[in-house]
Amino acid sequence: MSVLVYVEQVEGKFKKSVFEAVSYAKAIADKLGTTLTAISIGNVADSELNALGNYGASKVLNVAAEELKNFVNQAYAAVIAEAATKESADVVVLSNSFSGKGLAPRVAVKLKAGLIDGATELPQLDGGKFTVKKTAFSGKAFATTELTSAVKVIALNPNAFGVKDIPVEVSIESFSPAVKSTDLLAIVKDIIRATDKVSLPDAELVVSAGRGLKGPENWGMIEELAGLLGAATACSKPVSDADWRPHSEHVGQTGIAISPNLYIAIGISGAIQHLAGVSSSKVIVVINKDPEAPFFKVADYGIVGDAFEVVPKLIEALKAHQA
Amino acid sequence: MKILVCISNVPDTTTKITFTNDNTQFNTSGVLYIVNPYDEIALSKAIELCEGGKGTVTVVNVGESATDPTVRKALAIGADDAVRINAVPRDAYFTAFQIAEYAKTTDFDMILCGRESIDYNGAQVAAMIGELLDIPSISIIKKLDYDGTTATIEREIEGGKEVVSVTGKFVASCAEGVSEPKIPTMRGIMSARTKPLQVIEAVATEELAKVIQFETPAPRGAVKLIPAEDAAQLIGLLHEEAKVI
Ligand SMILES: Cc1cc2nc3c(=O)[nH]c(=O)nc-3n(C[C@H](O)[C@H](O)[C@H](O)COP(=O)(O)OP(=O)(O)OC[C@H]3O[C@@H](n4cnc5c(N)ncnc54)[C@H](O)[C@@H]3O)c2cc1C
Ligand SMILES: Nc1ncnc2c1ncn2[C@@H]1O[C@H](COP(=O)(O)O)[C@@H](O)[C@H]1O
Repeated sequence: MSVLVYVEQVEGKFKKSVFEAVSYAKAIADKLGTTLTAISIGNVADSELNALGNYGASKVLNVAAEELKNFVNQAYAAVIAEAATKESADVVVLSNSFSGKGLAPRVAVKLKAGLIDGATELPQLDGGKFTVKKTAFSGKAFATTELTSAVKVIALNPNAFGVKDIPVEVSIESFSPAVKSTDLLAIVKDIIRATDKVSLPDAELVVSAGRGLKGPENWGMIEELAGLLGAATACSKPVSDADWRPHSEHVGQTGIAISPNLYIAIGISGAIQHLAGVSSSKVIVVINKDPEAPFFKVADYGIVGDAFEVVPKLIEALKAHQA
Repeated sequence: MKILVCISNVPDTTTKITFTNDNTQFNTSGVLYIVNPYDEIALSKAIELCEGGKGTVTVVNVGESATDPTVRKALAIGADDAVRINAVPRDAYFTAFQIAEYAKTTDFDMILCGRESIDYNGAQVAAMIGELLDIPSISIIKKLDYDGTTATIEREIEGGKEVVSVTGKFVASCAEGVSEPKIPTMRGIMSARTKPLQVIEAVATEELAKVIQFETPAPRGAVKLIPAEDAAQLIGLLHEEAKVI
């Protein structure tokens, strides 16, 4: 018996969402009265792997094979499933990141395991049942789902659990499973990443703007506000449809669903499809010149006013606050 | 070229989500059903790739006869034929298993799904089909070019994109950017009535996950309004009261 957590590396480093997944997996291991093993695939320095011990991983399986340098879900799933079998894992935890979404279902099929994608809480083990709460209907509801299989796979939503410091002694073991060439048919040709921006899906703070901004030329103040806060930028669907902003910023029912600690919506009306993707944000601020805008009904703080006057004031106040 | 597009039948995006039977079942009364918006993107891409006689597009749905209007809509948009696997899509594994079993009977060059269904938001089915057929699967793609043998695909990653190339069969789940959803033409709607819609029975498989309870998010307290002139106060409130900055 054990719990296995897959720790996704980006250019040899772990992001906060990984430490969160490790913390979550450690809490499950404690519930089950067992230990936590992490599996890392790709080139990661020992110092970075050791850091996983800070969150409760007592063993780290390090897969450093050159052919697995880039993420290929078919091959990675085979490696993770093999590690799960080797460690007799009952539960496998991953982050519900873009790569995690392509990986978790394959791992689950290999292990004949039920899968929870987008878990928002720790599993409950009452009455011999293993149940996990997850988001459903694009954030309009939650579904508590029972996994009836022997092995369970859980992909944790970013920002749902938090990072918990539980330092334990950690041992690093190199793990070299055989990789089939037929698992490497998808070839990564290029990776293009904007390193100077906070990535939206796992951002803690998000500044978002809609059609109320009138045109792409007015996003300077949105970027400035986000920059000062260390927030990611987002937008409503019509804004990305009109190419004012890239599609990757579109949040809502048909865009990305997010649950940051703070969501600031500027010049966004609050249509049901928009709210679907953002309503689980912990604190919502709405800035809109129309007091009847539906968004105010789900906001914690609101300012009825013209964005072109309010946002510069916020920028100034923030600069003063930070000085 | 033969392309299979997986279509799910989901509540319209404006649906107010409520539950019945002690919050164990989604309340379907008065709900309008549509083709999952992402599946429309996948379907449009498939039609584009097959334009000019380069191939045919089959749509597949796992559902009971109530989903036929959604399947006909896909035919009206431009799919050549349709298959409905007659079963309630219980969980993602069940659904993927049915589609994979069907796909084994026909030589498809690629299988396109939507990035996720907007009801259960699993984003699971595509990668599960890939695993069941032991072929590559690329999730959440933004761009797809295909030269008849090799696909060049852009997939979304945190803060950027990754370019992946695949030769041979594959599954992909489509997000915005892959194609503009097509609207059915009058001719499309007329011809959809006579296009083949084959119904096949499901094969038995185990259930690995089942929803036992739904709930809607707790309502928020009343909004705290800050006068526009005093906008600067917000920063203090976010720092001291909400403690988020
Ligand atoms: C199938 C489907 C799926 C959809 N999915 C999504 C989705 O995922 N995400 C999404 O966002 N939308 C989605 N939509 C669209 C959604 O219905 C709304 O049309 C959209 O969210 C509106 O965007 P908006 O609020 O930016 O624009 P608008 O509705 O035009 O609102 C602009 C707001 O700005 C305010 N405003 C104007 N000027 C100012 C100013 N100077 N200062 C302050 N405020 C100002 C106005 O009062 C207004 O409230 C979907 C629609 C459909 C049919
Ligand atoms: N019942 C179904 N029938 C056919 N395809 C489906 C069904 N459910 C899901 N899919 C496909 O799988 C994708 C992802 O769905 P999901 O894993 O449920 O989020 C959808 O966008 C569809 O392309």
